[in-house]
Amino acid sequence: MRVLRWTITAVVILFLVAPLLVVAIVSINQNRYMDFPPDGFSFHWYAELLNDPGWRNAITRSLVIAAGSSAIAVLIATPLAFVLRAYDIRLAPVFYALGILPFMLPPVISAIGAQVFWLSTGYFQRIENIIISHGIFFSTLPLVTISLAMDQMDRSLGEASQTLGANPRTTFRTITLPLLLPSIITGYAAAFVLSLNEYIIAFLVAGFAVETLPIKVFNSLRYGFTPTIAAVAVVFILIAATVFTMFAIFGSLLRFLGADPGVIDHDR
Amino acid sequence: MSDRRKPTRGAYLVLAFPLAMLLIFFVAPFAIMIAYSFYRRIQGGFYEPAFDLASWKRLFEPVFLDRAAFSIGISLLAGAVCITVAFPFTFFLTRMRRRPHVALLILVLSALTLSEVIVGFAWSVLLGRAAGISNILVWLGLMDEPRAYQPGFMAVLLGLSYIAFPFCVLTLYPPLSRLDREITEAAQTLGASPWRTFRTVVVPIMRPTLVAGFLLVFVFTLGSYLIASILGRPQHWTLSVFISDQASFNANVPFAAAMAIFLTILSLVVVGIVMLIESRTRSAT
Amino acid sequence: MGARGGLKLQGLVKRFDDVTAVDGVDLELPPGQLISFLGPSGCGKTTLLRMIAGLEQPTEGRILIDDEDVTDQAPHIRDMGMVFQSLALFPHLTVAGNIGYSMRIRGVAKDRIRDRVHELLTLVSLEGLADRRISQLSGGQRQRVATARALALEPRLFLLDEPLSALDANLREQLQVELRLLQQKLGITTIMVTHDQREAMTMSDLVVVMNAGRIEQMGGPLDVYRRPATSFVARFIGTTNLLAGTRGSDGVLRVAGREFVVADEAAAGEVVISVRPEDAHLVLGDPPERNSLPGTVVFVRDLGEMFECYVDCGLDDNVVVAGSPRERVQVQQGERVTVSFPAEACVVVRAGDQA
Repeated sequence: MRVLRWTITAVVILFLVAPLLVVAIVSINQNRYMDFPPDGFSFHWYAELLNDPGWRNAITRSLVIAAGSSAIAVLIATPLAFVLRAYDIRLAPVFYALGILPFMLPPVISAIGAQVFWLSTGYFQRIENIIISHGIFFSTLPLVTISLAMDQMDRSLGEASQTLGANPRTTFRTITLPLLLPSIITGYAAAFVLSLNEYIIAFLVAGFAVETLPIKVFNSLRYGFTPTIAAVAVVFILIAATVFTMFAIFGSLLRFLGADPGVIDHDR
Repeated sequence: MSDRRKPTRGAYLVLAFPLAMLLIFFVAPFAIMIAYSFYRRIQGGFYEPAFDLASWKRLFEPVFLDRAAFSIGISLLAGAVCITVAFPFTFFLTRMRRRPHVALLILVLSALTLSEVIVGFAWSVLLGRAAGISNILVWLGLMDEPRAYQPGFMAVLLGLSYIAFPFCVLTLYPPLSRLDREITEAAQTLGASPWRTFRTVVVPIMRPTLVAGFLLVFVFTLGSYLIASILGRPQHWTLSVFISDQASFNANVPFAAAMAIFLTILSLVVVGIVMLIESRTRSAT
Repeated sequence: MGARGGLKLQGLVKRFDDVTAVDGVDLELPPGQLISFLGPSGCGKTTLLRMIAGLEQPTEGRILIDDEDVTDQAPHIRDMGMVFQSLALFPHLTVAGNIGYSMRIRGVAKDRIRDRVHELLTLVSLEGLADRRISQLSGGQRQRVATARALALEPRLFLLDEPLSALDANLREQLQVELRLLQQKLGITTIMVTHDQREAMTMSDLVVVMNAGRIEQMGGPLDVYRRPATSFVARFIGTTNLLAGTRGSDGVLRVAGREFVVADEAAAGEVVISVRPEDAHLVLGDPPERNSLPGTVVFVRDLGEMFECYVDCGLDDNVVVAGSPRERVQVQQGERVTVSFPAEACVVVRAGDQA
């Protein structure tokens, strides 16, 4: 059993790390093409990222889309999650399913739906289209995180604030919302990351006019590869790893991922 | 005890905004897409409103049915592969000491942030002839000359498994973490070896979660577009690739819409079948 | 300022789907006192408290505080302070933030809040902890913060829902005394829900014993103890011996064939008598004519400060005789003895109750 445990863990680690390594090595490769053993090392692909307006604009566009769509996702998810959990609404399961569905469907289907929708409005191939569509399709993530937080919140906190004189609106503003903030931020962050990497919806909705980062990466792969792509990926991985590590040190990464409370505190 | 309050008018008002957004930007697009699947395609890449079943008829051509079967097949396979590896991995992970535990979780989460196109690219290098695994094996003397494993079926399968793997782990993580340690300990005091314990105690308890994880990978990989187009030859392209190509390059939106709806129905059917089997066999035990 | 917080409950009923939690409660409670709602879990005491607080709506009936009908008032308008079983301290606010909450949302000036918070912290012996986070406090400290928070605006009603249940035994007893002294000092009308009868006995001016949504008995702690109205009350408060007997047509009350004389002569037919163990005696030698039962000693517990003797007198349960070491009659397991039940200690309880 010991052997099995270490074998599986090692295999998985290798499996997960291999692409990360490839990407990292390509990004610092002197030459344009991937060869092994590598010829020389250089960071000029990273410099390219900053200097080439094509890449800079694509990154900016994707960041703008991610920020905007995540905000929309949270604006949709928060009232939905709160009202459905705080009140006894008759069609609650239906509404909740409606909120979950966008994420459950294969993205290509959502992409086609979005595409025909915007086409029929006559207002298409704009960055706003992507922002809105991303916002809708990623609203499921904050919906889930906020609903979970609502479930775990002590009901008597809201009752206590009422006995102290706070009407329902004040209770929401001073008690519920501050306590939901971590889950809102988590939902925002998740939607942000997914939007940043999302290809097919962005492509079908406005791909010819708005070149987002994933679209540019894919085009680069098809029509002329540069290691700048790898540099982009490495930057993203480093940011993500840093954020998660900070979270693990200062916050409670394990609890956030759903670990059993008993596990979290022991063996520090 | 009554859990929730009766809804006030204000509550309904607050609910109106998200529902309106979802109705306008989610339900409406789908209704429109269903309508489009009946439109007639005109030369030059346009289409006119009509009630034409041409797109739907094309669905039953062997080429297309073949693609559909292949897509379902490879997604089911990816589901099986992911679950088989992720389940024991996550099980051991939840029982690790804190430092390696957290480190591995960060690794899994970092893999999650890789976009699909980057994953496709990385695996195309890893499985390629220029600077991939085979090059390392040659360098180690285990192979004579480098070989390209991509584009190919295994490449697509590996790529799909890679992007789905973190989701699988994160889904299995909470229930496995909460699995009472004393249950496995009790089994061992009753004479079960660790392997037996795993097989006869842990797996049955975790069954619903395993099925859920399997279906998650299935649905997720079914919608994947980039992996199949980067790592596979045309015969390995999934339905999603077809659909997006029809929608964009061929500008045959009616056909794309029909395929998309068909894919949705198909995945719902498969999910339904799997869940039926699961509940049937569960009541048998 | 006259005593505030006089409570009148009229015909209160609360039904949840198919469960009736409160089944017709009429109560008039005087202001300024500490009243306990006592009973086993599920008896409706917490539901009753929550209706007074406005957190549940009565299915039927009315609630009046100081003769004002508050039945339809939302909880945040009612003038009260409540301590919840889980304490419900706001985790994202400090101690001062929690205590000052009710003032903050009413727009009270910051320095007035600060002074009042300081005053309250002194009242509950927590000076200097104003800026602590809740997670840094011990169980006893949290309890005191919850108390201070509820009392911040000097409400007319102070409601407590099993406030000490989360604490360990020693701390509980200490805080019972503290809370009681605080209540007496402030003279505030207090209603406390508890399932611990010793807690109710320690702290209350009045005890309301509840069972299955109804009130079994209401009275001072010692009254309820010495003169239980039903066998449920007799068994729930302290321990007791329940003796089942019949008063025949000749007017004589007999238990297991032996004649008994009790103060309540009127009771006829099937009768149940409650006698506390400390009122019963062991008798060696000639058995008295009346109010006694012969039996065999089953078990003796010598607990140092007291002893308990279990005697099998042929009834459904063993008879328990308790007393101080001075009264210890030298008996051993298996010996035949007589247990005597003095007439003045025999209380007739209504027999219509669960066994």
